[in-house]
Amino acid sequence: MSMINYASREINCKIVYYGPGLGGKTTNLEHVYGKVKPETRGKLISLATETERTLFFDFLPVDLGTIRGFKTRFHLYTVPGQVYYNASRKLILKNVDGIVFVGDSQTERMEANLESMQNLYDNMAEYGYDLTKMPFVVQYNKRDLPNAAPVADLQAALNPGWEVEEPAKCRVTPDPYHAGENLVEQIATGEWVERAPFFEAVAVNGDGVFDTLKAVSKLVLKALA
Amino acid sequence: MTAGAPSWTFTEDDFGAITGSMRRFLDDTNSMCAMLVDKSGQLVTTVGSAPGLDPTTFATLTAADFGANDQLARILGETDFTTLFHQGERESVFVADVARRLILVVIFDSRTSVGLVKLKLKPQVEELTALLDVAMSRSRLGVPQQEKLLHGAEQEIDDLFQW
Repeated sequence: MSMINYASREINCKIVYYGPGLGGKTTNLEHVYGKVKPETRGKLISLATETERTLFFDFLPVDLGTIRGFKTRFHLYTVPGQVYYNASRKLILKNVDGIVFVGDSQTERMEANLESMQNLYDNMAEYGYDLTKMPFVVQYNKRDLPNAAPVADLQAALNPGWEVEEPAKCRVTPDPYHAGENLVEQIATGEWVERAPFFEAVAVNGDGVFDTLKAVSKLVLKALA
Repeated sequence: MTAGAPSWTFTEDDFGAITGSMRRFLDDTNSMCAMLVDKSGQLVTTVGSAPGLDPTTFATLTAADFGANDQLARILGETDFTTLFHQGERESVFVADVARRLILVVIFDSRTSVGLVKLKLKPQVEELTALLDVAMSRSRLGVPQQEKLLHGAEQEIDDLFQW
């Protein structure tokens, strides 16, 4: 739930990077931290184990600009990807405004991706949040690795789409980020489905990191408009 | 009853009353700094100061701390731990639940005593709860202001991301 502070003229929103362990969630935040101007970001806080595995969360506040005289301040969080830490992961999702699912493109991590995606849906449902009705984007990370699965396979497994319930939304909506593809379309069986926007990334080089952040932040602000 | 209110808006009067109440508490207890933090980690307001304190980071970590302890309480069969105390060599921190929605954080040093802060904390939480109840019940009656703030601002939002 975003918070608008009229006294300090700030719109504060919470974005959570979710996904399997070692998928690159922390790397996304580290790249943002390294690239944005120091005056527009706060400290990068990492609650990690001695071996740099996220234990509780990473946190980075960034200002993305001013709109209608209000500073748009985004609080970026990662969750611990390891299955073991579900209690911590769930805590971080509380009052989230937007989700980035960071998938690991390596074929051998497909099962871990699926497990994490299911876990995300389950944890959101426990808070009464419907992932299909909130700002949500998917990032396929590690696209540079030789064992990366084709994007079509990742899409089919992790972002196959959900059925559109509102008749008003049942119209072809082009994917603004991928020419020739649609976010909402009618499939062969006649159903209308909607998919989350997706991005390819090599977070360790920064490729796709800001595209992902921009997309989810924009969706979060548009949800307020 | 304030628990579970989906959204609320403070007016400037609410904000003034809340910060005024927190300032009085600081004066009465001789504490250094008090913060009001949303349970999601968003800083609502801060009064006073402590050297080297980054309120945004402090707010986030406090909410996580409180959230983790809340879960520990449930494991023990308690409904929640309403107050936490962290004792340091020079500075200490009290953290208290306010209206099951916000967290009051008080930072103090040796210029006051744990007992005094603890004694004054309970009535302070009650006072803040009463102020928040007024703001939240008003929000439930009217359209939250945040829905209006960015209404029709789609183009401005698009422009914001031209980087």
